[in-house]
Amino acid sequence: MENVIEMNHITKEFGDFKALDDVTFKVRKGEVHALLGENGAGKSTLMSVLFGLYQAEKGEIKINGNVVKINNPNDANALNIGMVHQHFKLVHNFTVLESIVLGRETTKNGFLKMDGARKKIMDLSNRYNLKIDPDAYIADITVGMQQRVEILKMLYSDNNMLIFDEPTAVLTPQEIEELMKIMKHLVSEGKSIIFISHKLNEIKEVADRCSVLRKGKYIGTVDVATTTKEEMSEMMVGRKVNFHLEKKEIEPGDTVLEVKNLTMKSKLSKKDVVNNVSFKARKGEILCVAGIDGNGQSELVYGITGLMPIHSGQIILNGEDITKKSIRKRSIAGMSHVPEDRHKHGLILDYNLQQNAVLQTYFEPRFQNHGFIKFGAVRKYAQKLIGQYDIRSGHGEDSIVRDMSGGNQQKVIVARELDRNPEIVVAVQPTRGLDVGATEYIHKQLIAQRDAGKAVLLVSLELDEVMDVSDRIVVMYEGEIVADLNPNEITVQELGLYMAGSKRSVNNEKEA
Amino acid sequence: MKKKHNLLHSEGTSSFFSAIMAIAVGLLFGLVILLISNYKYAFPALITIIKGGFTDGTTGMGQVLYMATPMILTGLSVGFAFKTGLFNIGASGQFTSGAFVAVYIGIKWTFLPPSIHWIVALLGAILAGALWGMVPGILKALANVNEVIASIMMNYIGIYLVNMLIVKTIYDPLKNQTLPIAKSAVIPRGGLDKMFGVNNMNIGIFIAIVVVVIIYIILNKTTFGYELKACGLSPDASKYAGINDKRNIILSMVIAGALAGLGGGLLYLSGSGKYMQVLDILAPEGFNGISVALLGMSNPIGILFAGLFIAHIKVGGYNIQLFNYSTEIIDIIIAVIIYCGAFALMFKNLIYKLTRRNKMEKEEER
Repeated sequence: MENVIEMNHITKEFGDFKALDDVTFKVRKGEVHALLGENGAGKSTLMSVLFGLYQAEKGEIKINGNVVKINNPNDANALNIGMVHQHFKLVHNFTVLESIVLGRETTKNGFLKMDGARKKIMDLSNRYNLKIDPDAYIADITVGMQQRVEILKMLYSDNNMLIFDEPTAVLTPQEIEELMKIMKHLVSEGKSIIFISHKLNEIKEVADRCSVLRKGKYIGTVDVATTTKEEMSEMMVGRKVNFHLEKKEIEPGDTVLEVKNLTMKSKLSKKDVVNNVSFKARKGEILCVAGIDGNGQSELVYGITGLMPIHSGQIILNGEDITKKSIRKRSIAGMSHVPEDRHKHGLILDYNLQQNAVLQTYFEPRFQNHGFIKFGAVRKYAQKLIGQYDIRSGHGEDSIVRDMSGGNQQKVIVARELDRNPEIVVAVQPTRGLDVGATEYIHKQLIAQRDAGKAVLLVSLELDEVMDVSDRIVVMYEGEIVADLNPNEITVQELGLYMAGSKRSVNNEKEA
Repeated sequence: MKKKHNLLHSEGTSSFFSAIMAIAVGLLFGLVILLISNYKYAFPALITIIKGGFTDGTTGMGQVLYMATPMILTGLSVGFAFKTGLFNIGASGQFTSGAFVAVYIGIKWTFLPPSIHWIVALLGAILAGALWGMVPGILKALANVNEVIASIMMNYIGIYLVNMLIVKTIYDPLKNQTLPIAKSAVIPRGGLDKMFGVNNMNIGIFIAIVVVVIIYIILNKTTFGYELKACGLSPDASKYAGINDKRNIILSMVIAGALAGLGGGLLYLSGSGKYMQVLDILAPEGFNGISVALLGMSNPIGILFAGLFIAHIKVGGYNIQLFNYSTEIIDIIIAVIIYCGAFALMFKNLIYKLTRRNKMEKEEER
């Protein structure tokens, strides 16, 4: 079969660092070609080279057999290459129709002439079963529909080579299924799709072939149908990965954290972003708060940890009412917090590893004497954490955290928060953006905390994580808790229905 | 070999080199202006500027030290606040209010024992400056009022209030300035005046150096400094870590104000011929402080040397009057240096890239 895209011997360097090292990547006409790799393996860089965002130092790109030079995304568009970015690039106060024609507006005498565009878009939408409302505003539609708008945008400009950059990260299981159908339909019409992902289940379901990158190097291309998930993951990580987390059965003990009728208001809209939420987290239990992004989970955690003021309700830690306590007091009382945004909250990026390692404990007598920092003790402590948690960086404990990789930055936070010997760990998406190895490691650490009789409150958007790690799941939808579930008794599909708000098992009045 | 690379890559060295580059560009620009205004003497004048304080032997050097003292302190004031993420543009007002209180105590509080009179006057200056810095600090911490706006306003309140108070209390109407301060309020000269042959010279420069060291220790060795810098680098992460950012913002502005106030006290307690004039002009020392802090990259040690350097070429600026050039050329040169200093990051990256390219080329050769 003919190759529509050939990227031969591509090398891309950022300073000393080789992001891509002699990578060859070929996509055939009419296939879904998965691009698999851990974070930092070079998937996005490779696609950015194809899309004209970066120029490769070495190598050539052939489109339909002709060598081309792609200097910017406009060149890529002219070659009919389109891309749906991980974070959608849509204008929020535009309508769907306006967003799709943006950049290719049809005009007459300088005035917009949308009738033709509208017809073309509706035809495309019907043909590929992309249900959209052309007159809805982007801000008002769901993430899934925004994604379909992005897809329509590519189709509208007659692209036939489509790049999907981790498209499923923001979708519910039902939306994912729908996306898979759309992708299959697109390739059946002769389009070619590059599907960037590190989720093996999805690759297995939708892709025809799969190319694997590891640390900027091309590892190989396999037929998905004849390759097992285990084999693909081994190619990706370079070693065998244990998919099943070992968890022993533990009977949960006393309540550590109790949240009673917590209500929080949004700063802007005065809407209840967290609405009358109550739950208990117990010793030896990983309690997971599941939900689609933006349903109040972040605010709930801000309220519990003290980063945001609450409107009403009570937060009780080990019998002590901490509702009005400062962040520092909560921290000393035994609350650890692995924050959602590691760059904004979790780390001081321009401080080095040592300084970040004591961010929550620098005032303790072991690290200071009459206000003077004990530099020796801090250094030793950082070295201990580096050894214990396998934190890798260029200059050891003297590395500036900004220069470290995302996974290792996260390890610094996890190490710091878990090593404080907390009563409860509040972890928000602790594995977001991390590769399989680091994810596995952090899950093990959380389970170790649980096994040591601590409480863990895990907030996650990743369904696999929710199902695998947690002992109990509460689902949040539009600021309320709509379900209290046992992961062993439900399926992913059911969980998805709760998350999407089409099912609920807990009444607001009743305590969850 | 390895050591040399470390040296080139270290933060301090590249900061130093970028400052040197900024200075070189500034001087080059100064040369152009000298050439335009009178090309005949341009080169001798430039050399005079560069020689600065070294032209007149010890006198010139004494002059440099004397001029540098208040600038180092206002520079520290701006730099210290900057480390906490605050832009203290109000060093001028803090400087003036400190100067007034020092002079007031120096004139009126003659009941104090002579041995501590000048010390009390300096403490008064510190307190007044601290108060002037505290106001924008409190507004910022409690009401989130931008400290730039608040401290600019405090500059004007400072200058007009001080003018009013001078006229009401310690005014010499004949000369439109303050009365002379009591002898006991003059900062001890410690023989430096004789050593350098500069009448105004006193131990102020040593006080400034001691303060530089104290600020350096606070910023780099204490948990307080750790907190302040954390607030400056990432307010969100500091909040997450439970650091009391409101307290730190206020404290940081108080300390910044105190430093500028001390600078005012040191300048106007030097006696012989130094009086506060009743003018509607913001004290230039405050704005020089911004220049010094920028050139010194907000590092206390860097500020010490930046203050000395700017004083050095200012003395050079006075000397080029010999060639019929106006001293304001120095202000232009300083301004250009500061502009380039603002591009310091760019210079820094340039140096970093150059050294790295060298390294890579060497590796390729191997």
